[in-house]
Amino acid sequence: MANKNQPGPTDPGRREMMKRVGAGMAGAAVAVPAIDLAQPGSAQAQAARAPAREALETLTAAESDTLEAMVARIIPTDENGPGAAEARAAHYIDRALTGPLASRKAAYVSGLAALDAYAQSSKGAPFAKLGAGDQDAILTELEKNAAPGFANSAAFFGMVRTHTIEGTFCDPYYGGNANFVGWDLLGYPGVRMAVSADDQSMSKPPKALRRSAYDEAMFSKRGAGHGH
Amino acid sequence: MATSLKKTNVVVVGLGAAGGTAVLPLARAGLDVIGLEAGDWLTPRDFAPDELRNNFRGWPQSVQKANNEVPTHRRNANSPYSPRPGFHPMMNAVGGTTLHFFAQAWRLSPWDFKVVSETTRRYGAARIPKGCTVEDWPFGYDDLESYYDKIDYEVGVSGKAGNIKSKIDPRGNIFEGPRSREYPMPPLRLTEFTEHMAGVAKKIGWAPFPGAALINSVAYDKRSACVYHGFCTRGGCHVSAKNGPHVTTIPKALESGRLSVVTRAHVTRVEVEEKNGRATGITYLRDGVEYFQPADVVLLAGYTYENVRLLLMSRSKPFPNGLANNSGQVGRHYMTHNTSSRVYGLFPHDINNWYGTQGQGVALDNWADDNFDHAALDFIGGGNLFVYSDRRPIDAAMMPTFGKPTWGSQWKAFIKQNADRWNLATMQKTTLPYEDNVLDLDPTVKDRLGNPVIRITADWKENDRRISAFMQEKMKQWFMEAGASATTPGPVGTMGPSTHAIGGTRMGDNKDTNVVDRWGFAHEVPNLGVLGGSVMGTSGARNPTLTIQALSWRTAERLAQNWKSIAA
Repeated sequence: MANKNQPGPTDPGRREMMKRVGAGMAGAAVAVPAIDLAQPGSAQAQAARAPAREALETLTAAESDTLEAMVARIIPTDENGPGAAEARAAHYIDRALTGPLASRKAAYVSGLAALDAYAQSSKGAPFAKLGAGDQDAILTELEKNAAPGFANSAAFFGMVRTHTIEGTFCDPYYGGNANFVGWDLLGYPGVRMAVSADDQSMSKPPKALRRSAYDEAMFSKRGAGHGH
Repeated sequence: MATSLKKTNVVVVGLGAAGGTAVLPLARAGLDVIGLEAGDWLTPRDFAPDELRNNFRGWPQSVQKANNEVPTHRRNANSPYSPRPGFHPMMNAVGGTTLHFFAQAWRLSPWDFKVVSETTRRYGAARIPKGCTVEDWPFGYDDLESYYDKIDYEVGVSGKAGNIKSKIDPRGNIFEGPRSREYPMPPLRLTEFTEHMAGVAKKIGWAPFPGAALINSVAYDKRSACVYHGFCTRGGCHVSAKNGPHVTTIPKALESGRLSVVTRAHVTRVEVEEKNGRATGITYLRDGVEYFQPADVVLLAGYTYENVRLLLMSRSKPFPNGLANNSGQVGRHYMTHNTSSRVYGLFPHDINNWYGTQGQGVALDNWADDNFDHAALDFIGGGNLFVYSDRRPIDAAMMPTFGKPTWGSQWKAFIKQNADRWNLATMQKTTLPYEDNVLDLDPTVKDRLGNPVIRITADWKENDRRISAFMQEKMKQWFMEAGASATTPGPVGTMGPSTHAIGGTRMGDNKDTNVVDRWGFAHEVPNLGVLGGSVMGTSGARNPTLTIQALSWRTAERLAQNWKSIAA
């Protein structure tokens, strides 16, 4: 079973995929190899990497399930490795909606409700309970602004897409890009405080560093060690 | 009733590139200067390499007055409003937008000062577009050269000269106006990719050169060299290698003891004496309390939109249509660069563009200004091309998809492969002023104090669109010659809120068509100076900051040297 604290897509195939990918990342956190889906890793390693506690800060549990399912289709978990689900993009969004994205909360609440209502009326189940094919078909309609029940389904889709990208590729401090899965996907070599000419080489790019900007003490609240 | 403060010699409104530069020559001349800044001091600890916060969330967290004053835009007097951005393109802080600007440090070309006479001489007066209000500057490049040189050395600019006293050096820009000497610092290093782009340009007979930057390429003036960490774009420099006035001219002016900086000062009005129309000082709000700062001389040094707004809001008996606006010229001759009209190139291999700065790049002036023959072309002017190293992960994930899907597994496979395989060539082009491209006060949209924001009424004209199309072809050619597998153009965009807003208080000898005289003082108010891009009469095909700084130094020096006649 996927960790019960981590609401995710209910499609068993994808759930299994997430579990394996999550385990792969657990091993990767130390050795920093590319993600290897063929090596699921030990249960112990997976437990050690279980997601931290995640409160529902803004959305209801039901809204959160719908959002989890939506972000998991925007950046799916597939043969190219972990996606928005493992990055915890929905957790990023839930947190941000109580902070910097508070002005978007109403748009999320109404948009997620409309998404579920449309899934129910067109496919007979809430969005999160649908298979990937049905979910993609519905999101395609949203993107074309052809889904009923929304003020503007294309605008809603565009907003969630933007925030899913933010939550997948942001500094992990913000609750997304968990275990750096987003940065690994892009091959981003990481936050460096100083970059040498060699680090900018096209032929021999640097090895990835997995660090948050806020691992650097000077940028943290207390600015430890910098005497400011 | 405003609390009246002790009178000072000079009050400067805004401590960004313009005001933050001017304070140093004033303080050195022994004048007492008060600098009013809407923002606050920020320190290196505020400059975290955090793309989400810096580039997507309206960083910095300090007071951002400008965000309540985002101008509105419409294409013409009959068009609906364009969508209004949530954030102002510029920021408030001591140092202003130099905290997060790209720090490219161009001089205007000699042609930019003489567009009318040079176009007439070479192609005939009929080549100046209809409705265009361009004038020659009241002086030429050579008159400003010593001030450019002053900024190069006092503030710190890195680059490679291409023309020292008319001796051409192909390692630099062979098209530039003559410099009196080499840059104080060598150019920022290139990357393997930008070296490749430079090599390709040379091979096809173009003249690439390393871009100049207000960034230390080596330790300079007791500050560090650039560390190329890649968060310069909308981020501050944690090692103070980016040479904004907050780490250069302002600290030096403070050391003199002549400058006092007042932060969080929200300036609302320039006051005048009714009987003679002279400026008497500045009214501002600070933490909810209103103050009046009297001064012998007022220097307006806000951003273009704010300079125009403050003048238009400062109505009085002698100036019923706004200060220094009895000529009706305030807000006219507005220009921006067409920076969105870029080209993206997609390469079949990673290029490692993840680090660096926007200043770290290769430029081409072959198609800028009047560096090429326009006899058979249907436009005048041109553009500067620039490729550089600068990429962050969210930005990379939002890359153009060259026609591929924008979400789902196919998109994910696309960005996994291509996140580091694209580059964009920016283009900055000649924009000319026109009679109907103007700034005024919005009749309905207000800031939090209930004061009107600036309304931009402006659109690209044929000359602009033709330059963009011509330049995009050149950029496409550059990428394809360099091995790109595909290119895609950026949108033409609008002339709405821009980081390169120019004009509005134009400088010129004719008081019927210009707000300020050749020294930067208002024709109608001799003790009111205006600093910033708002005084520039042509856009040039490049970032305006260095020109703004050179002009500001020049106005301040003029004031110091003629104190009695200007302040009397």
